[in-house]
Amino acid sequence: MLKQTEGSKAVAEAIALCRPEVICAYPISPQTHIVEALGESVKSGELTPCEFINVESEFAAMSVAIGASAAGARAYTATASQGLLFMAEAVYNASGLGLPIVMTVANRAIGAPINIWNDHSDSLSQRESGWMQLFAETNQEAVDLHIQAFRLAEELSMPIMVCMDGFILTHAFERVDIPSQAQVDAYLPPFEPRQVLDPAEPVSIGAMVGPEAFMEVRYLAHAKQMQAIERIPQLASEFREIFGRDSGGLIRTYCTEDADTIIIAMGSVLGTIKDTVDEMRAEGHKIGVLGIISYRPFPLEQVKAALINCRRFVVLEKSLAVGMGGIVATDVRMAVTGTGLKGFTAIAGLGGRPITKASLHKLFREAEAETLPPVTFLDLDWDAVNKQLAREKQTRRSGPVAENILHDKGIVSAKFG
Amino acid sequence: MFQIRVHGRGGQGVVTAAEMLSVAAFEEGRHAQAFPSFGSERTGAPVVAFCRISDKEIRLREPIMEPDAIIIQDPTLLHQIDVFAGLKPDGYVLLNSHHSLEALGLAELVQGRRAERFCTLPASELGLKHVGRPIPNVPLLAGFAALSGIIRLESVILAINERFTGKIAAGNIAAATEAYERVQQQMKEQAHAKAD
Repeated sequence: MLKQTEGSKAVAEAIALCRPEVICAYPISPQTHIVEALGESVKSGELTPCEFINVESEFAAMSVAIGASAAGARAYTATASQGLLFMAEAVYNASGLGLPIVMTVANRAIGAPINIWNDHSDSLSQRESGWMQLFAETNQEAVDLHIQAFRLAEELSMPIMVCMDGFILTHAFERVDIPSQAQVDAYLPPFEPRQVLDPAEPVSIGAMVGPEAFMEVRYLAHAKQMQAIERIPQLASEFREIFGRDSGGLIRTYCTEDADTIIIAMGSVLGTIKDTVDEMRAEGHKIGVLGIISYRPFPLEQVKAALINCRRFVVLEKSLAVGMGGIVATDVRMAVTGTGLKGFTAIAGLGGRPITKASLHKLFREAEAETLPPVTFLDLDWDAVNKQLAREKQTRRSGPVAENILHDKGIVSAKFG
Repeated sequence: MFQIRVHGRGGQGVVTAAEMLSVAAFEEGRHAQAFPSFGSERTGAPVVAFCRISDKEIRLREPIMEPDAIIIQDPTLLHQIDVFAGLKPDGYVLLNSHHSLEALGLAELVQGRRAERFCTLPASELGLKHVGRPIPNVPLLAGFAALSGIIRLESVILAINERFTGKIAAGNIAAATEAYERVQQQMKEQAHAKAD
């Protein structure tokens, strides 16, 4: 049913339609509304049979999800930012054990300095955890990706994070088509676990594995993600048959056929990029967009195929590999190895800094002219940076950086925009 | 695309206003996107929320920096932040106050702009009268419907019924209806004054 609703509420409805049997979560902004809504529907009896388990931390949330999944239950949790870091050890265990948990990550920056706003640092910090990671561009896609995620996770017996931009999507009211229970049931069969803790047929899960077998177990995790490269487009096309719309897949291209310049990004910023590209196209610029939906597994071949006919590309990412540059950009460059394509990295939107069309217009034109440095920081306040650098040169006890920058900018408390 | 920025303080239902506005537009078959300013909301702190309305899918995710309309839920904000920043030359302004813009010393703001698109409304009083609480958001939405014609009063009432039930819904509908009539009346008086 088409409705105007909040992203978090829409995702909660989608999760409920997927018939989870155990939901465990610890509240953290901007994930809170999702688990609050799910908690309410379990309590009201609307979502049944399902157990909502209140836990004391994110570490406990993932541990409960692991236990539930190992016992054969369809398990779901959600988190963000420091919460994801706090559960990190269990995150690796879930994938290492091959448990098909689905988790929403309401993407948020990682502190310090503490910041509740959106960027992709949290999910990307777990990129080698063995979890698949799918990034939603809109709230509709967030809904649809969760439904596809349960199917894919359970088929491969591997966990998936569905990543949606915190606040920008989670707190946005927009139109979302909530599928019917019949549609979801037709797409998502009941969970048939590959391994289950069953007193009638006792097994142990979680053996200690030495050098003689560890690499094989690890390789098999990699092999599963390689299988996912095949399955993700198939599951998206099956999804289209039942639900009647395109959602998911590995990548999505926009105006790339004749593009000399292609902008690559993940998540909700793709919308602002597409609007900018439309305006530039109207002025005759040959520019296009490549959205990456599946960040893990990373679709190297598909990315290469999408870029092969352009002259240059810009990876615009909401993440920073401190001491190196881009994170997504590294993967994209790997994909185009040997092609001679010119690539630029633009770090943008860290800690919720708005990514505006005006700034994108300027950035994309500089990319076309190839006057960009290899790594650019979109809308960085160089005066503030240089002032702090000068202060550090002048005085040994220059003080805390974050407090100094806030003071220089005359900001009393954090605000948006 | 029509873009609206709502200013107010934590506790005044600023985010709810933007969300309900998007629901009202959706009820008219249009695309709408509402989102808050994403701060750590605290009672009394300045809060901003945004709403875009369009006949096409809305993909843009930047904050609204050049609004077509500004709704100000708390007149004390005028002394604290530049609530009118970026307002388009032909933009609309609806301010919660029982004073006129002239009495508030805002006559200058209207100069060179379309005066008939500026209006004040005692929205807190209407909230208190009909709902029992001085929450100005719903009366202002109805007032905005009258001022701009961008959405209909009936759609605001649909949005009220989606959000509230029982006595609170009824009170909000009464407040909205009176707000709508008051703004219409003001616009008529203004038009007559101009004609004279």
